[in-house]
Amino acid sequence: MDDKALYKLNSIAQQLRRLIIETAHSARAGHTGGSLSEVEILTALYFSFLNIDPEHPDWEDRDRFILSKGHASLGYYAALAQRGYFPIEELETFDREDSALQAHPDMHKCKGVDFSTGSLGQGLSIGVGIALGALKKNKRIRTIVLLGDGECQEGQVWEAAMFAGSNHIPKLIAIVDYNKVQLSNRVDENISLEPFAFKWEAFGWNVLSVDGHDIAELLSALSRADHLSEQGPVVVIANTIKGKGVSFMEGKFEWHGKAPNDQEYIEALKELNLR
Amino acid sequence: MKLGEEIAQRLAFGQALVELGEEKPNMLVLDADVGPSTQTQLFGHAFPDRFIEVGIAEQNMIGIAAGLSTFGFIPWVSTFAVFMTKRAGDQIRNSVAHTKANVKINGAYGGLPTGRAGATHSAIEDLAVMRSMPNVIVMDPADPQEALVCARLAMEIEGPVYVRTVRCSVPVIFPEDHKIEIGKAVKLHEGKDIAIISCGMMTPRVLKAAEELKKQGISARVLHMATIKPIDVEAICDAAESIGKIITVENHSIIGGLGGAVCEVVSEFAPCRVKRLGFPDIFLESGDDEVFFHRFGLDIDGIASTAKLLAEERGRTKDVH
Repeated sequence: MDDKALYKLNSIAQQLRRLIIETAHSARAGHTGGSLSEVEILTALYFSFLNIDPEHPDWEDRDRFILSKGHASLGYYAALAQRGYFPIEELETFDREDSALQAHPDMHKCKGVDFSTGSLGQGLSIGVGIALGALKKNKRIRTIVLLGDGECQEGQVWEAAMFAGSNHIPKLIAIVDYNKVQLSNRVDENISLEPFAFKWEAFGWNVLSVDGHDIAELLSALSRADHLSEQGPVVVIANTIKGKGVSFMEGKFEWHGKAPNDQEYIEALKELNLR
Repeated sequence: MKLGEEIAQRLAFGQALVELGEEKPNMLVLDADVGPSTQTQLFGHAFPDRFIEVGIAEQNMIGIAAGLSTFGFIPWVSTFAVFMTKRAGDQIRNSVAHTKANVKINGAYGGLPTGRAGATHSAIEDLAVMRSMPNVIVMDPADPQEALVCARLAMEIEGPVYVRTVRCSVPVIFPEDHKIEIGKAVKLHEGKDIAIISCGMMTPRVLKAAEELKKQGISARVLHMATIKPIDVEAICDAAESIGKIITVENHSIIGGLGGAVCEVVSEFAPCRVKRLGFPDIFLESGDDEVFFHRFGLDIDGIASTAKLLAEERGRTKDVH
């Protein structure tokens, strides 16, 4: 990847952060912290890795993406809008009555959403089903599932991991937005996931660990994951920072499900525009 | 299937899946390690490439099925109704019902008959749970023949369907050309003294109870509800208005299932006396099925005597009003 392409992707990531802050502020709702932590992951996917066509969101041979941490919809919608699935202005309707942009992504309302999510722990099983369906249909598509770290406390995640590992499900890539903070506390102070990579390995997955805010590193890991996933499932553990990019939100569980007020909004945008 | 023949409904359902599998190449079956019990193993033997064993992981099973359905597959998921509807209840609600995924759900071992497995395994509230979920059609077939009819009908519907089956043997009451319509009751017996509304494996014994009642000079209208949801509002209201006394009979808790559904309808549209026969608000125990059915008045004599009491109850019929 050349510097120019990387610069462009980083600019997109920064734009997504601004859209997240603007949307959350305007709606007075949304999960700001976990949306900011997933920005580079979504940028790498939607603006480079995924084989998709926003003009034809239902194209059968597209790669599939599932946001298993469905509450981080602010980041998802920002990426979908920026990628051209719907107008940026539509973000203003986020979480409002009759909006396509529900608090949690709804596949029947929002263009580009491959599967509805919201209740944590369910996305990986859906992804396993999709990857299995693609295999049965002889389709060479990739299925990507983005999980939250707190979400990995759900038992269903490990049911799905065990099934995928045991059956060597190909073309399935999980990414964990490992921002170390969940709704009520730091993850390791609630229920520690560690040794996290070891757990996935023990369930039969190939594991790659990256800096989840380094797009070049993410893309190189995705490319390697793509290759490895021919043999079986791969997880990319993306080490991130909750609230990344806005200093007073970083690492704070208080920003899990909170939108910035007027003052915080101005300060956040000031920080984001400086970069 | 011969009329009157006693066949384990689970076996009939397992055979139905094989029959449907031959017709529909896009049909898949998923089971959570209980294929030899639910009899989905028959499908697994016939179509090993289209049978997915998920292990003892019901929640994951639902998600996989929902994912598979996005490629035009029609997956059946099957396990014990008690675990299907509660252990995987959230997954059914959010990944299947809300998304209108074309997943067919078989709640096997519905109600009391679980092979003496007792409280933890008896699904006494599955109908109540499934009935409360938007977008889901809920079926409780009466006999082995209707299990096939329901499975076939479920395949023709786009979207989630819950088909409950029972473990035990049930007499065949319907002929091979039997048909049902979604949301329509099947009138099996006409009468004017009492209306008995039943579903699932209770219907064959309700029919026998109706014959008993006839001998005692009481004529009962018997309505079988193969679909609990949507329910036949018209047939219930007609029974309420023209007869004025209703008994509901189900292999389920009296809370939230068929009895609950009938009470919702009559209290809103045609108030009348309703007696719900089913399991009271308790957990069941291990033991002989028929001992418990008898204890809760769900054997033929119990149904007939409750119906007689209600039919002879004074001051509640429509004529008096």
